[in-house]
Amino acid sequence: MSIFVDERTKVVVHGLTGGQARFHGLRNRDYGTKVVAGVNPAKGGQDVEGIPIFANAAEAREATGANASFISVPPKAAPGSVLEAAAAGMEIIVCITEGIPAQDEARVYSELRHNYPAARLIGPNCPGVISPGKCNIGITAGEIALAGGPVGIVSRSGTLTYQALYELKQMGIGVTTCVGIGGDPVPGTTFVDCLAAFEADPDTKAVMMIGEIGGTEEEKAAAFIAERVSKPVVCYIAGVTAPPGRRMGHAGAIISGNKGTAKAKMDDLAAAGARVASNPTEAGEIMAEVVKAL
Amino acid sequence: MDLFEYQGKQYFARFGIPVSPGGVASTVDEAVALSERLGYPVVIKAQVQVGGRGKAGGIKLAADAGEAREHASAILGMDIKGHVVRAVWVERASDIAKEYYASFTLDRGAKAHLAMVSARGGVDIEQVAAEDPAAIARLHVDPFLGFSPEQAHELVARAGLDDEAAEGAADVLVKLYRCFVEGDADLVEVNPLVLTPDGRVHALDAKVTLDDNAAFRHPEWEEFAGTVELDERERMARKMGLQYVGLDGFVGIIANGAGLAMSTCDVVNQVGGMPANFLDIGGGASAEVMANALEVISSDTNVRSIFVNIFGGITRGEEVANGIVTALGRVDITVPMVIRLDGTNAAQGREILRSVESGKVISSPNMMDAARRAVALAGGVQK
Repeated sequence: MSIFVDERTKVVVHGLTGGQARFHGLRNRDYGTKVVAGVNPAKGGQDVEGIPIFANAAEAREATGANASFISVPPKAAPGSVLEAAAAGMEIIVCITEGIPAQDEARVYSELRHNYPAARLIGPNCPGVISPGKCNIGITAGEIALAGGPVGIVSRSGTLTYQALYELKQMGIGVTTCVGIGGDPVPGTTFVDCLAAFEADPDTKAVMMIGEIGGTEEEKAAAFIAERVSKPVVCYIAGVTAPPGRRMGHAGAIISGNKGTAKAKMDDLAAAGARVASNPTEAGEIMAEVVKAL
Repeated sequence: MDLFEYQGKQYFARFGIPVSPGGVASTVDEAVALSERLGYPVVIKAQVQVGGRGKAGGIKLAADAGEAREHASAILGMDIKGHVVRAVWVERASDIAKEYYASFTLDRGAKAHLAMVSARGGVDIEQVAAEDPAAIARLHVDPFLGFSPEQAHELVARAGLDDEAAEGAADVLVKLYRCFVEGDADLVEVNPLVLTPDGRVHALDAKVTLDDNAAFRHPEWEEFAGTVELDERERMARKMGLQYVGLDGFVGIIANGAGLAMSTCDVVNQVGGMPANFLDIGGGASAEVMANALEVISSDTNVRSIFVNIFGGITRGEEVANGIVTALGRVDITVPMVIRLDGTNAAQGREILRSVESGKVISSPNMMDAARRAVALAGGVQK
């Protein structure tokens, strides 16, 4: 099994008719993902390499039974596309767009919760989600991931995610699902969401979690691991030597207190029973040990 | 993007938030002329993006033209914690009955806006938060539902602001929230928000951080961009579209992706080195981007070796390697360089790198090994 997406996931690509969306959407299809439709308000009725284009997500869902949206449109248009997908009833909405204004992100997140609680937004500003061998939505290079499990990956960082997939593949270790949750201030899906899903997935036997400085999501993950996760978790947190990030004035400092530093996150995770690696390579090595001992 | 106080006040004024009449001056003569026009007494305030300027002597009251001249001369050019004062804000001095604190920011953990109001303004609010957290009234605001006048009144009451300030403070809060949301700020903070003896409430200071991601819908931000405080290399990197942050070490870092760049700094530190910078060249690694990155890094005289750490995903190893080879032909690098190339088609990429390998350009497939070599080539571990 896998979490969030699998071989039954049918994907609509917003803006499939051009640019990044076309490039990544077609790559995802080549990987084997069921890319069933594209959306472009001005080009309904056309097609892109055999994939039908609809004027909006609702029509695309109606005609194809799509249940997931892939959004890689520019920041200006992305919030509208996310809400359009949610209104059309999409269960999974993957938004890789980088550079969405924080106010839009916060408002859209809140609107989803109020009006479309069943929709799961992954991202924005993330590499996407891949259940190797089944479904790849986003920009992860599918060939660096080995299918089958037993490891689930959740990560805030793009390149470090690719590296984790690649290192596990080199060691012959497969992955059930790899979720890039993105590094923006208001991610639609959090570490805790993914940990809960991996805990419930019988094929995932261990979880690799890759975090970064800033925010408090890793601390929340640590609390969740301590209470609710029975499977082994291996963590890596980037940014131990990063200069104290741009301080958001005094108000920001008051909210975060001592939290948000890599050290604080690593301490919390270790105290919660996770194995904490000091570099990405070590994270792979520790995971290999963990998998061997399963 | 952080605004200077004078820019923040001008930004506040657009949303109807009351501020004292004033103006900005970059020369002593301008400051005196402004003072004459505003009428005495005036306050002359150093424009720097660092706290504690009052204690450093950067805020002075002037009763006449002579004092205005004297203080403006002393403050312009003053060094406050490494920030040189290039402008002063001159405003009509306010009579102050009470000083409060008000701010809006995003609470990432709660995924909501956070409003904070305190009756104890005019002092270091972080100290207040540490010593007496109950002195700061907080309210989470749902970004979809917004902030209502009723919530503003409730917050003012909970913060224990004086009765005569309640109406004015609630009004400022509603406008401040509009400035925060419609103005696309990451932070708006007023400290102090003052009550005058005649019962008016207005912003005596302004701290505004704008969200750079929203610049596309704020053409009016153009005027702020030119005054951003960056060092020369940061300015150069920004022009080239590179994410660069200067650090104090001696190993130059180039990586693709923010996470990998941070991680690269970490491993250099773990093996005894010190990173000279954080530099994220983003997803691709074309010859042009790589050449730009090398140019920025080699302009730093503290750099004694360079560690290029690239993981190929969609960008394949041979494209990255060709980019590096071309870049090395364009930029004259005097310090040794270690390249770690891994990921999609890494073997082909490393084969291409052979043509440029020498005692000074080394390729290593392993991140830790590459870090150790880069540190050794920089002259070893810093004591």
